[in-house]
Amino acid sequence: MTTTSQVGPAVTAGPTPAPRPRRTGHVRKRAEIVLFAGPALIVFIGFVVVPVILATIYSFFNLPAGFQWTHLGDPDRFIGIDNYIRALSSPEFLRAIGNNFGIVFLSLAIQGPLAVAIALLLNRRMRGQSIFRLLIFVPYVLAEVIAGLSWKLLLQPNGGVNEVLRSLGWENPPAWLADPSIAFWTLFAILTWKYLGFAILLMLAGLQGVPDELSEAAQLDGASWWQIQRHITIPLLGPTIRIWAFLSMIGALQLFDMVWVTVAPSVRGLSTETMATYMVQQGQFAGQPGYGSAIAVILFVISLVVALIYQRFALRRDLAGSITDGGH
Amino acid sequence: MNRRSTSRLLLVGATATVAALAFTGCATSSGGGGGGSTTEPTSQPTDEKVTITWWHNATSGPLPAVWEEVAEEFMADHPNVIVEQIGYQNEELQRTLIPNALAAGDPPDLFQVWPGGEIRDQVANGYLMELDSLIPETIASVGGSIAPWQVGGKTYGVPFTFGIEGFWYNTEMFEQAGISTPPSTLPELIDAVGKLRAAGFTPIAVGAGDKWPAAHWWYQFALHNCSIPTLQDAAANFNFDDPCWVKAGEDLQEFLAINPFQDGYLGTPAQQGAGSSAGLIANGGAAMELMGHWNAGVIGGLAPNEEVPPFLGWFPFPSIPGSPGDPTAALGGGDGFGCSAGAPPECADLLAYIMSPEVQAKFAASGSGIPTVPSAVSSLEDENLKMVAEGLAGSSYVQLWLDTEFGTTVGNAMNDGIINLFSGTGTPADVVQKMKDAAATL
Repeated sequence: MTTTSQVGPAVTAGPTPAPRPRRTGHVRKRAEIVLFAGPALIVFIGFVVVPVILATIYSFFNLPAGFQWTHLGDPDRFIGIDNYIRALSSPEFLRAIGNNFGIVFLSLAIQGPLAVAIALLLNRRMRGQSIFRLLIFVPYVLAEVIAGLSWKLLLQPNGGVNEVLRSLGWENPPAWLADPSIAFWTLFAILTWKYLGFAILLMLAGLQGVPDELSEAAQLDGASWWQIQRHITIPLLGPTIRIWAFLSMIGALQLFDMVWVTVAPSVRGLSTETMATYMVQQGQFAGQPGYGSAIAVILFVISLVVALIYQRFALRRDLAGSITDGGH
Repeated sequence: MNRRSTSRLLLVGATATVAALAFTGCATSSGGGGGGSTTEPTSQPTDEKVTITWWHNATSGPLPAVWEEVAEEFMADHPNVIVEQIGYQNEELQRTLIPNALAAGDPPDLFQVWPGGEIRDQVANGYLMELDSLIPETIASVGGSIAPWQVGGKTYGVPFTFGIEGFWYNTEMFEQAGISTPPSTLPELIDAVGKLRAAGFTPIAVGAGDKWPAAHWWYQFALHNCSIPTLQDAAANFNFDDPCWVKAGEDLQEFLAINPFQDGYLGTPAQQGAGSSAGLIANGGAAMELMGHWNAGVIGGLAPNEEVPPFLGWFPFPSIPGSPGDPTAALGGGDGFGCSAGAPPECADLLAYIMSPEVQAKFAASGSGIPTVPSAVSSLEDENLKMVAEGLAGSSYVQLWLDTEFGTTVGNAMNDGIINLFSGTGTPADVVQKMKDAAATL
């Protein structure tokens, strides 16, 4: 993590001492930039920039189901920002935004501390350490659809989980995914199960970057294990935690597949809709591509704003030189 | 080669790559505008090989084998034609695959065409082939059931099956609960629910997780509360001002209050797995289910031995005493095929073959559904399908599924409103308001 800050200056310092004639060096440098950045740039423009622009254009039109591109030129179908007004005054969409931010908050508040705690435990020398590390990472390796369908089957009213709970004496266990009042929490538990492994893996990797000498020195000074973790390990894990939090927030804002696969459409609409599932539901299944595009643009803007604010204030030190202020 | 020319070469090469890729990017982003089909229309059936792609919704039960046989037979009769038929799950096909293929300008040649709002949209976009001049005898052979596949007096699809909705029930459970004859009025149905509960059974299974199976309950109450002119006015003009639409929700609310459904019904899928509503009927987990004419096949597919259970019976939706609706009106729908606008003419020939009396009789004998060609109805062997066919013949008026009739946008809003009603978070008036709001955005 600490190496990133050294990479920036190293790269910019590279070409300056070159003794070649100035012009040739310039052309060569440009050629290199075009060659190396070109393909990635084209993919980025073709699959990110152009779709964003197109979606923005569509969002100003009232496009019918079975829509054709020719409708775009039809001035009768231009409705200005009506789609945005409709979205932001729709209780369903506002609930979806609330759900997204709920998951962002819960992920940070619950998954983060849990991941750090488990990573600290797994970082201690013990029997079967690698087995534990492997097991905790298994859910993350599973495809979302497979994991989601498995949980959907296990959590049916008469599914495996409730059978076990009944045999343990809980006579009337809830319908985990069918009861709109608890489906959101069930979903969050599944998300935690699924993505905790990734967080722990990141934290473990971060812990490898914490020099042993520091804790050894602290130990010699008589610090307990707890004190070492509290005052040395966790502060040094800061960059990793901040990067994880960033990935987690963006993932939570764009959450789609796990919700779509695991929760039945009606319960999803009642309690676990996210911005992305609402976008697909309205844009595709309700046959309103224009309205769906407006939702997509709102989702994009929200994600972008959150990402920029976070980078500006939280990730500034960690990413210095690589993202926040590219040209010195 | 010196260093200077190397870098120039690099620059030229890179610029060329950028330009080439940029062109490709441009072509892709505007490629949808063409709307042209990749299939070349061949005017004369010569030695030239013609490939017809055929997408249908048969994925389980006996129907996939029937369509496969039909494709083989057609290819044997037409050596120049290759038929590539493939079955997809119904909602996947209807909501995702076909709309995307049509919008992308690369549709299959022969495919499932749904009546009501969808066919109207597809015709408005010029996606479908007009069939009147190509296969007039076929169109005439199905009689009045062609109407939902016509737009502006022209025919764009032909239904191969058409049926009505009713209750699929477990005759053994009814017997054990002391119900001698299937309920024919709403109070009798409510009485039956009580008796089944008392006997320890789950009275009714509903796949509310998929929204539409729950919505069908509301459609039935609307059908029995609204007069036929009101229904027709709603379909044509999206006029939902008549109080009968709110009354439908009030009736449904009253019915929901007796708790007739299985536990956790909001999460139950309709057709997938043993825990689905059809699976509950197949495995003796519930006594009855309100569902379309296709349900015998679905229930059979989910039964332990993959056969239609011998205890399965059928009765039509009971009448509601004192309601203004036509008591002999029924809710129903069908499946039909149409050709895409750019399909080769052989597509219409294949469609005519699918609709021939022989194939229709084979379709009926397989127990897949009720055929639309009258002469084939006598080939029905399944007792329940015979009853559905009788019910259809006895109906004075058949209303298409309301979500199909109103099209995806209004249909989707309506179903969402009905789910809110089922979950207790919405009111009967909200359902109608949602429908009006959605209609206003069209």
